[in-house]
Parts: sequence; C-alpha cells; structure tokens
Amino acid sequence: MLLDRLAELVPELNQAFLETMYMVSISLAVAIMGGLPLGILLFVTDRGLFLENPVVKSAAGFVVNMVRSVPFIILLVALLPFTRWLTGTTIGPTAASVSLSIAAIPFFARIVESSLREIDRGVIEAAISVGASPWMIIKDVLLPDARPGIIHGITITTISLVGYSAMAGIVGGGGIGDLAIRFGYYRYDNTIMITTVVILICLVQLIQFLGDRIARLTDKR
Amino acid sequence: MIEIQNLVKIYESGKQKVKGVQDVSLTINDGEIFGIVGYSGAGKSTLLRCINMLEWPTSGNVKIDGVDLTSLSRQELRRARQKIGMIFQHFHLVRSKTVFDNVAFALKAAGKSKQEIRNKVDDLLEMVGLQDKRDAYPSQLSGGQKQRVGIARALANDPNVLLCDEATSALDPGTTRQILLLLKKINQELGITIVLITHEMGVVKEICDRIAVMQDGKIIECGEVYELFARPEEPLTRSFIDSVLQLELPEHLVKNRRGTLVRLQYRGEAASDTVISDMLQSFRVKGNIIHGKIEYIQNKPLGILVLELIGDESEVKRAIDFMHERTGGLEVIEHAA
Ligand SMILES: Nc1ncnc2c1ncn2[C@@H]1O[C@H](COP(=O)(O)OP(=O)(O)OP(=O)(O)O)[C@@H](O)[C@H]1O
Ligand SMILES: [Mg+2]
Repeated sequence: MLLDRLAELVPELNQAFLETMYMVSISLAVAIMGGLPLGILLFVTDRGLFLENPVVKSAAGFVVNMVRSVPFIILLVALLPFTRWLTGTTIGPTAASVSLSIAAIPFFARIVESSLREIDRGVIEAAISVGASPWMIIKDVLLPDARPGIIHGITITTISLVGYSAMAGIVGGGGIGDLAIRFGYYRYDNTIMITTVVILICLVQLIQFLGDRIARLTDKR
Repeated sequence: MIEIQNLVKIYESGKQKVKGVQDVSLTINDGEIFGIVGYSGAGKSTLLRCINMLEWPTSGNVKIDGVDLTSLSRQELRRARQKIGMIFQHFHLVRSKTVFDNVAFALKAAGKSKQEIRNKVDDLLEMVGLQDKRDAYPSQLSGGQKQRVGIARALANDPNVLLCDEATSALDPGTTRQILLLLKKINQELGITIVLITHEMGVVKEICDRIAVMQDGKIIECGEVYELFARPEEPLTRSFIDSVLQLELPEHLVKNRRGTLVRLQYRGEAASDTVISDMLQSFRVKGNIIHGKIEYIQNKPLGILVLELIGDESEVKRAIDFMHERTGGLEVIEHAA
C-alpha cells in the first residue's frame, strides 16, 4: 500500500527535510551577510555614484562573475578542499552549506545591485545635496527604497538554494535531494522520488508565498 | 554672495566631449531671487548643479560667501552643502519614508539630536503648510504637496542659498503660483538667496529680481528683470519675453489702415503720464487705440499701446515728435500705413 510505504518513510523524510532547512538557512544567512554588502559595493562604486571607484568596481564585478559562471556542481567539487579545511569533512549538510554559501553570495549580491539600480538617481542626488554622508545615504535612502526588491531577492535566493541543496545530495550533502538520489535514483523507488518532488514543490510555493507577503507588507510606496 | 568665475563643465563620455557650461562668470547677490532661463540643453542645470558641486566643474571656481567650494575636502563640502538647499522638478523624495522622515533626514545628516529634529521638522512643516501630512508617504501626496516637502527638506539646515531646478515645471498653473508665493515668502522672511531655473517667463516675471539668459552653455544676457523685459538686446531674450508679453502686433491689425500706426512702449512711471491726451489736445489729429497690453513686473508697468493717428501728414509728424520729446524713455515706432 502506498500509505504504508509512506508511513515507513516518515522518519527518513523528516530528517531529510530538516537537513534541507538547515543547509538553506545557513547558506541564506551567509548569502545575506556577504551578498548585501557586496551588492551595495557593486552599486555605489559604479560610474557617477557617490563612491565611484572603477578599480574596486571591476575587481568586485570580476570575482562575482567568476563565481557565477562556474556551474554549481563543479563549484561543489572544486571547493571540497576548502570545505574540508573549514568543517573537517566533505559530506553531510554542514559541508554542503559551504559551497552553497559561496555560490549564493554573488547570486544575491547581483540581485541587491539590481534592486538598488531601480532607485531614481535623483533621490540619491537629493540626499547628497543635503550633505548626507555615504553611510547615511546607504542606510537611510538606498536600503529603505530598495527593500521590496531586496526581499524579492531573498525569496529568489532561498528558492534557488532549495534547488541547489538538492544537487548537493549528489556528493552526499544530505537533505531531500540526497534522499531522492539514494532511494529514487539508485533504487528506482518511485514513491520516494515523487514524494520528494512533491515536498520540494510545496516548499518552493510556500517560500514564494511568504516572500511575496512580506515584500508587500514592507512596501510603503 | 555666490561668485562663479570662469566656470567650465565638459562632459566626457568615451571619446565624445559635450560642453555643458562654457566659461560662465556670474555674481549672485545675497537675498536676491536670480533666474536662469534658456532652451533645453542650454546648460542651466549644469550651471546650477555646479553651485553645490553635484557636478564637479572642469575648470573655474564657485565661491559662496568667499569660500571656494572647489577647494574643500569631502567632509567640508558636505557641511557646506547643508547650507545650500536644493529642490528638483521631480521632487526626489524617498518613497519609503514619511513626510516627517524625509525632512528629518536632512537634519540627521547634519548630526542633530532627536529632540532638535522633532521640533525643527514640525516648524518646517508648519511653514510649508503640511502639518497634517506629517505621517503620509510621498505616494499619497499631490505634486504641489511633494514640492512643499522638498522645500522643507531643503530648508532644514537653515541654508543661505536655495537652488531650484525647474521646481514648478511639473505642476499646474495654480499650484505653480502657490509654490512661487512660498518661495517668495522664504526669500523675504528668511532672507535666503534663491537661484532658480525655469523655462517659463511667467515664473521670472512673477518673482525674479535678476535673470541670466543661457544659450549653448554661455550666458548671453544678464540683468534686472524689468530692464531686460523693457530692453532685451539678444533675439533669444526677446523671444522669451514675447512669450509672456506678446507685444507683437497681430498682422490683421496692421493691414488696411488709413492712418499712421504708432507703437508706444511703456516703461516705468511714464506709463501713468498724460502724454496721449496732451498730444490729442495739442494737434489736429485723431487717435484710435488699436491694441494694448500692460504687464506689471515687480509692480512696475510695462506694456504697449498701438495708436492709429489720422490727420494731415505734417500734423501727424509733429504729434509724433511731440510724443518723442515728452516721453523720453518711451519708444515711438512708426508703421507704414
Ligand atoms: N551627465 C551628463 N553627461 C553628458 N552630457 C550631459 C550630462 N548632463 C548634461 N549633459 C549635456 O550638457 C548640456 C547641457 O545640459 P543641461 O542639463 O545643463 O541643460 P538644461 O539647460 O538644464 O536643459 P533642460 O531645460 O532640458 O533641463 C546638454 O547638451 C546635455 O546633453
Ligand atoms: Mg535642466
């Protein structure tokens, strides 16, 4: 019976789900902590902006593009030595979080940069014309006005991380993806395969729904 | 006092060089309302934006009260900018902040305490008549109200100078008038020097003391508004002035006239003189008023009156001579009948 089979799987699914949440949370936190400042840096050092700096801009842009152009699966493998150095292991959700974070930082940084680009340059000029410092402009003009865009960016990043975390399963990263590969792919267990896919679909829908909700609540425009 | 000396601003985009402002020297006195007019692309905004260094001059300098802004460090410049307010055509308010917070931002930038900020913002909102919109967001305001917020923000740190880049161009005529009255009040009550850009001569006529006319990055004519309106030298200035005064005589009025057409231009006090009635009494000519318009610029009348003088040729000539003599400053322009 399908239901019996599912009931058997509950503990496995439960753990896989928690592992996925764990990986996504860690890497999302790192992506925000690293990507937000990096995205702001990419924006404010751009031509014509208040901290214009072509050297910093192109250096940061280059690194971001480099990381983004490497397919995730290759990044995952390439980062194994670094992961081992950092976490002492190369398998399990903690290890997987390392490469997920590294991939998510530039991804989120670009999203932050493009939401900042949406802000009317005139508003920034008005802030400059009252004598505001760069830090004040970032804190009191750029971030509040870009907030809805940044929240959308967090939603997109979270959803991408759910997808990538499933890929991390290939190298034994744990989580729902790992489960799907171990049971569904290697053992041709369709029940598990379909169940994991359904869980992932629901998870993504839920994240999107929450993200849109929060973005709307914080949008004061 | 704002002293602009040999200001040049060249924009370089790639290999292309665009001249924004070419060698402008200009002095704007304390407490005056100074207008800058000119067609699109003349360099008005560029010039204005060089006054608070939003645009860094390619060469030349800008001194405000003797301090050369081009010589300041970043931090000194920020402090100097707190004393130079600026308002914009499209207001440029922070969309995610309330009216209160938009104005408070300027005070925060100047490092004021919470208490000071609260008191000052309330005073400013009262001055611009927006106390009841304190907690509204910009999207909930009309254009005129948004510009009032912009003005409150610009005046937050008690500036000596207020720069206005087409501050009324996005507003309807009624709202434009209200904003102009507010600017006038600010100028008179707070003694703030106002530099404003506009392409509407109506705005100039209403509030400016002096104007500069710009073309291709240069100031081609500059002077007292009344003087410039009365005696424009450059064709461009004349065309701007005609846009509000419409001193041109309609074509159909000139045609098919029996007598000699005389165009009197009124200036200053002469307008209230009795020259016409004296002329009609002294000479055997008949006067027929064909066209007339009087504008008051800074409470001084300026206008034209077109008369058709009918009578003996020599008598008409003597009448014209008489008017020439009597009016001094008046211009008598003959039109072939
Ligand atoms: N950031 C810029 N980069 C390159 N060229 C510029 C820039 N800003 C202005 N210019 C050029 O400088 C010249 C003067 O522009 P400016 O904006 O000062 O004109 P304006 O008189 O204010 O016109 P408008 O009435 O349309 O606002 C124009 O030829 C314009 O194309
Ligand atoms: Mg302009």
